[in-house]
Amino acid sequence: MSGRAAILNTIKNNKPAATALPFIDVSAAIQYIDLLQQYKTVLESIGGSWQELNNEIELEAAIQSITGTSTAVVNTMLSLPKDLAGVDAVALEPTAIAIMKGLVAVAENAAIWVTEEQMVNRLLPFICQQLVLVINEHDIVPTMHHAYKKINVAATGFGVFIAGPSKTADIEQSLVIGAHGPIGLKVIIVKNKYV
Amino acid sequence: MKDHASLAEQFIKDEARTDWHDETLWFVRQKRDKAAYGLPEWEQLRTWASEIKDHTLSALDNYLVEFETNAIANGIKVHWAVDAAAHNKIVYDIMKAQGVKKLVKSKSMLTEECHLNEYLQQQGIEVVDTDLGERIVQFRKEPPSHIVLPAIHLKKQEVSDTFHEHLQTEKGNNDPQYLTHAARLHLREKFIESSVAITGVNFAVAETGGFVVCTNEGNADMGAHAAKVHIACMGFEKIIPKAAHLSVFLRLLARSATGQPITTYSSHFNKPRHGQELHVVIVDNGRSRQLGREDFRNSLKCIRCAACFNTCPVYRRSGGYSYHTAVAGPIGAILNPNLDVQAYSDLPFASTLCGSCTNVCPVKIDIHQQLWKWRQVVTEEAKVPISKKMGMRFMAWILDCNVNYKAAGKIGRWVMRNLPFLVKNKLNPWYKQREMPDAPKESFKEWYIKNKKA
Amino acid sequence: MKVGLFIPCYIDQFYPQVGIATLQLLEKLGCVVEFPLLQTCCGQPMANSGFAKLSKGCDTNFVNNFSNYEYIVAPSGSCVLHVKEHLQSEDNPELAKHIRASVYELTEFLTDVLKITTLDASFPYKVGMHNSCHGQRGLHLSSMSETVAPAFSKPGQLLQMVKGLQLSYPQRVDECCGFGGTFCVFEEAVSVKMGKDRIKEHTANEVDYITGGDISCLMHLEGILKRQGSNTKTIHLAEILNSKL
Repeated sequence: MSGRAAILNTIKNNKPAATALPFIDVSAAIQYIDLLQQYKTVLESIGGSWQELNNEIELEAAIQSITGTSTAVVNTMLSLPKDLAGVDAVALEPTAIAIMKGLVAVAENAAIWVTEEQMVNRLLPFICQQLVLVINEHDIVPTMHHAYKKINVAATGFGVFIAGPSKTADIEQSLVIGAHGPIGLKVIIVKNKYV
Repeated sequence: MKDHASLAEQFIKDEARTDWHDETLWFVRQKRDKAAYGLPEWEQLRTWASEIKDHTLSALDNYLVEFETNAIANGIKVHWAVDAAAHNKIVYDIMKAQGVKKLVKSKSMLTEECHLNEYLQQQGIEVVDTDLGERIVQFRKEPPSHIVLPAIHLKKQEVSDTFHEHLQTEKGNNDPQYLTHAARLHLREKFIESSVAITGVNFAVAETGGFVVCTNEGNADMGAHAAKVHIACMGFEKIIPKAAHLSVFLRLLARSATGQPITTYSSHFNKPRHGQELHVVIVDNGRSRQLGREDFRNSLKCIRCAACFNTCPVYRRSGGYSYHTAVAGPIGAILNPNLDVQAYSDLPFASTLCGSCTNVCPVKIDIHQQLWKWRQVVTEEAKVPISKKMGMRFMAWILDCNVNYKAAGKIGRWVMRNLPFLVKNKLNPWYKQREMPDAPKESFKEWYIKNKKA
Repeated sequence: MKVGLFIPCYIDQFYPQVGIATLQLLEKLGCVVEFPLLQTCCGQPMANSGFAKLSKGCDTNFVNNFSNYEYIVAPSGSCVLHVKEHLQSEDNPELAKHIRASVYELTEFLTDVLKITTLDASFPYKVGMHNSCHGQRGLHLSSMSETVAPAFSKPGQLLQMVKGLQLSYPQRVDECCGFGGTFCVFEEAVSVKMGKDRIKEHTANEVDYITGGDISCLMHLEGILKRQGSNTKTIHLAEILNSKL
């Protein structure tokens, strides 16, 4: 018998009697009076920073000021570098700053959902030194339950919730920001809806 | 082999260090409490998580097949391993087909359970653990002492010495920031040059055929997205039915583990990227047997948050190595006897049955009840010292009926009063660091008969 | 109200004053208390050591002694929990079931059955409360630090009624003391270390006494306190509630 058949067979014989799935009543979840404020507070507490902008014009200016600070900026929101998707780790490693759009932001934990479509290259949001995620204020939801209602995790080959810069506390529980991924995470929150 | 009690005694000999270990982990427990109290629906979330896992176990074969079908449709290669040896061989065969001699690995307790590193190293393959804590213990040729905080038993001076030796950091520079940065530079090189990456799996979703890996450091992603081949290894109990259920588990996991509202990265892998190979290895290794044990099957609900480690007053004062196995702590004490009842017969006794583990468990595993039940199994199935068996029979004989009980009590108390050296000696483990209670002349029963009996 | 008094073996043998205090307290509160004379032990020492099969004799004896009571009361959370969770009888399963449902730990009997709101007791000392795990996490005599729920404490509620008593809690309000039945000898090193750590937190509060609902925990702490030459003493809750100092 193959390993697969053996495993499935034993499970079939040994599993308990059927029980029902619970109904996840989202109304039981915590409610925040001010989603934006909650989001910003949690983001700060996990080592991220934020900038609030009113509209697309301000966003363009802000991005320009970021891109002006370094030559190694990859901005997947505007002009895409040629073949970014196929670029390997060696070529991406010098990336100082990566800028990309986030789809949904979660107030309870400051996580932002980003998919392969926004990052273009899966390695980009992890290998860059500084990550900038741009979200619409109206894409902030209270909890993960709301977030999963809004996203389709299987829409692309890869998607990730990113909450703050990479970190570790593996040495004596001392928190250090900047483990293997970005050393900094900035979230730009745009008030008015833009495309 | 040494048992938990003697290994713990060794650990406690350095009392200052034991205090430090206890306080460090208690700090993590307090962070967990703060996070839990931050959500009024905390107990509801635990109930949902428990019910989702109960349901999943009750239809596990169906969900595994659903996962497999969807994963294959996504372009993932799915492998099945009945035991640790089969798992290790599957990984090695993939390596061999690639003709590669090194790989990077993010944290996977399953690969620890299967002793994958040792196996691959014997085949001449270099394994680089990329989680900072795991890299530290790997340099020191030690196993992790905790499933979430692998190097929690080490002080920063020790990490500094290890890094000085292996990464040529400044001698005596104990700054965690400095040491972490050195590891970052060292491991970035490893990520970039490695063509195979192994990760664990926190949750596999039947509905999508994808899986989720959670890290704070970003090491799973750095490895997986840089490599040509990504191998994800999972115990079959990692399966959950639907993507929406991830919301329940991701809300509980990091809060229970470290007190964070969520890990920095919750990465959802659905398909290999263009030109990449993505393998999932589904492992049994005793799990299907545990599923058949009615008293113990719900230990398979575990999501490896280690909250039970951090709250356990015994773990905090005895350290991970006293459990002499990959998964230590209270959950390890109920998982390991299933793998080898003789080798781990001591672990169900490494507990006061205080029940704190059960209370913090995000999926409501009745850990302390299972410890009690394993004790009953161990005394049946494992070799128990004959002296212990005889002692228990003798005690039962005394306690079974009032005549023996009264006589024994009277004699015992008389001995304690008149021949104290018979109990106050170093053969009596109670007396080693504790005084004996005073032995009264009269038991309550004797008093009652004298004073109250009508 | 007729009550069957269950005095666990180690109280009977080593701490008869706790049994006496329990009896007097219940009588003071108007109960008709009977002490079945042929009782011995609930069987927990064997069962917790993995030899539940050897506790059948204790079970039978317990059923024989206590099947005639509407309420069975004992000054021990641990023994009560053992009876509630594990008492079995092959001959009389219904009687065993009845007993499991009728057995009460002393403080919960006072707060939930007798529902007392005042107590004629005084104890002018600083007292540290030790939450014994089986009473707390097993019988839910008080809220638990791990779970998100409103705070309450049945023993604390009773101690508030005692005149002159200054109640304090250790920093880790409900960490185990390390007694753990046979754990205290088979895992001697961890057991003692846990006890020492509990004592440290109580003595930081400068308590005169450490109290609790289980004399087993207190016996363990007392053993360490005496070895340390400490002035801090241990005392069972029943003794405080029965005190007029």
